Amino acid sequence: MSLITLDEVTKIYRMGEVEVGALQGVSLEIEEGEMVAVIGPSGSGKSTLMNVVGCLDAPTSGSYELDGQDISMMSDSRLSEIRGRQIGFVFQTYNLLPRLSARANVELPLMYNSGPDRRRRALDALEMVGLGDRANHKPTELSGGQQQRVGIARALVKEPSIMLADEPTGNLDSTSSEEIMTLLKDLNREQGLTLMIVTHEFDIAAETNRIISMLDGRVVGDSHRDTWASGAEPWSGSARSGVGQVPSPSMEPATE
Amino acid sequence: MNPLDIMLTALSSLASNKLRAALTLLGIVIGVTAVIVLISLGQGVQKSITSEFESLGTNLITVTPGSSEGDGFGAFFGSGGDEATLTLNDAYALIDPVSAPSVVAVAPEINTWARVEYGRSSDDTTILGVTADYDDVRLYVAEQGEFISPVHVRDSASVAVLGAGISESLFGLRSPVGQTIKLNGKPFTIIGVLESKEGGFFGFLDRNIMIPLTTAHYRLNFHPNSKGEIQVGSISVQAASSEVAGSAEREIRDILRLRHRIVESDDFTITTQEQALQAIESAIGAFTIFLGSIAAISLLVGGIGIMNIMFVTVTERTREIGIRKAMGAKRRDIMLQFVTEAAVLSFGGGLAGLALGGLITMAMNGQEFLGGPTLETSLDIQVTILALGVSIGIGLFFGIYPAMRAARLHPIDALRYE
Repeated sequence: MSLITLDEVTKIYRMGEVEVGALQGVSLEIEEGEMVAVIGPSGSGKSTLMNVVGCLDAPTSGSYELDGQDISMMSDSRLSEIRGRQIGFVFQTYNLLPRLSARANVELPLMYNSGPDRRRRALDALEMVGLGDRANHKPTELSGGQQQRVGIARALVKEPSIMLADEPTGNLDSTSSEEIMTLLKDLNREQGLTLMIVTHEFDIAAETNRIISMLDGRVVGDSHRDTWASGAEPWSGSARSGVGQVPSPSMEPATE
Repeated sequence: MNPLDIMLTALSSLASNKLRAALTLLGIVIGVTAVIVLISLGQGVQKSITSEFESLGTNLITVTPGSSEGDGFGAFFGSGGDEATLTLNDAYALIDPVSAPSVVAVAPEINTWARVEYGRSSDDTTILGVTADYDDVRLYVAEQGEFISPVHVRDSASVAVLGAGISESLFGLRSPVGQTIKLNGKPFTIIGVLESKEGGFFGFLDRNIMIPLTTAHYRLNFHPNSKGEIQVGSISVQAASSEVAGSAEREIRDILRLRHRIVESDDFTITTQEQALQAIESAIGAFTIFLGSIAAISLLVGGIGIMNIMFVTVTERTREIGIRKAMGAKRRDIMLQFVTEAAVLSFGGGLAGLALGGLITMAMNGQEFLGGPTLETSLDIQVTILALGVSIGIGLFFGIYPAMRAARLHPIDALRYE
């Protein structure tokens, strides 16, 4: 059984009088240990997809199973529990709490998901992202790349079923971006961490093993790395027209 | 989320804006301090008045003319009714071992005002026309000279006994005994000076001048009734003991009804010392509650301050709430975090207010209240519990709504909040 199974998932936002179909019947499966990129222009529904997969938002219709549990009908409090135990979020803007040290930030998810040895687990996670020596630094005392590593450690610390990264390199320079992508790939390869990265950058998407292209709330392409090797383009079909022109980051809002 | 984490989170977020937390706290500190100080003050006044009240006489019953339903306090001090229905003969009739076995002494008085002159100094003061038993019944002691004797009363002698206060203001430290003063222009020889009642609250009694009742009637305040009898302003009756005060009251009522030929409503009012004390205590109690309520308003304002700051905090930390929710925080966790913050603020304020209020209460103990009674204040345990309980309650009450708002935030909206 797949780790994640979406079946005809729709998500409709009501904005005043207008209904916006952010997801219009998305079906897909993600297996354990996969490293997936979701790519698409802004407004394509990729962030909404991530919110639904991350249990931050319930689908309007369709079914979503995570690890064999039907998420679509769960209460708010159960969703919080699932997020706390199984989902690790990495954000474009890091979203660290500025008051807290790196270690305390990493400990945060464990506070809501009580387990023993919080401090040690947090330090282990920081060690894993190469920041063992920065545990007591405040986020403001760290570079962007380091802050994102803390963010990744925070997502890792609870040993999630899946890590969701929303434009994880969106605010970073190219060197830091590369480092972060290398770290994520290592975590996927060495720890078997399931990863889903939402991005609009091809370079980033090309580092993963599977690319899901989205446009107008639909999945328009879904290809694995092994098929790219055989000559097929990873972003084929109608997705090309939408995704072809990568918008410049400065013009584009960070999330849709 | 365990309680320790909740507490630490609340403390650390309060610590992140110390000045704001301190100012919010101050609102509660002031409120709690005000409540404690004012209630202690009220209780202190009540205690000291109660103890002073004992010095006025024991097992006293006061009969005043008129059927006034006024407060016991006024009736007790002879300012009850305006009707002149009590006579000197009524007073003498109450000394009757057969009809009134519970009565041991009776002291009628005529209460009037006069201008008192000595040399160049003069003053307007209360003149009490009394009989020879008045000092025993009302617990007065002649500090110098002697008190009015039965002979003085029989002869309507022009003699006067000064209260300690009026003596001092007319004669200073000199002895007035043997001197002559003028009351409404008529000469009186001073035969004695009374010991001070030492009461702050009842200090006005020290300004009285006492003269024989008959003298007061014939020379100062001539108001005979239609039968030519001497009217009196009030009659103080001493019961044999506090146990028989009730039966003494009944005996007095029976005798006076018989003498006044009353079938329906009484034309006099009987007030026991107990009733007068209760009247005073309930008046002061009401005053204390009134003071406490005013102080409670400031506590309420402090609570609203907490609510206001909590709303600001929730808004400022919307993104943090989103992050925490994404990390697995449930509504309950967020709710608890903010309610705890508010409760820490108000409880901290409550503790500080209690400490401050306690100090002020201790400082007030033994002081004179507005130049009046000496206060016996102490921080009583009920007030302490009340103040702390109310301050926690305020934190919870005013913290819950902002906390609910925080808890209800949708994680996605909260994360997107700039």
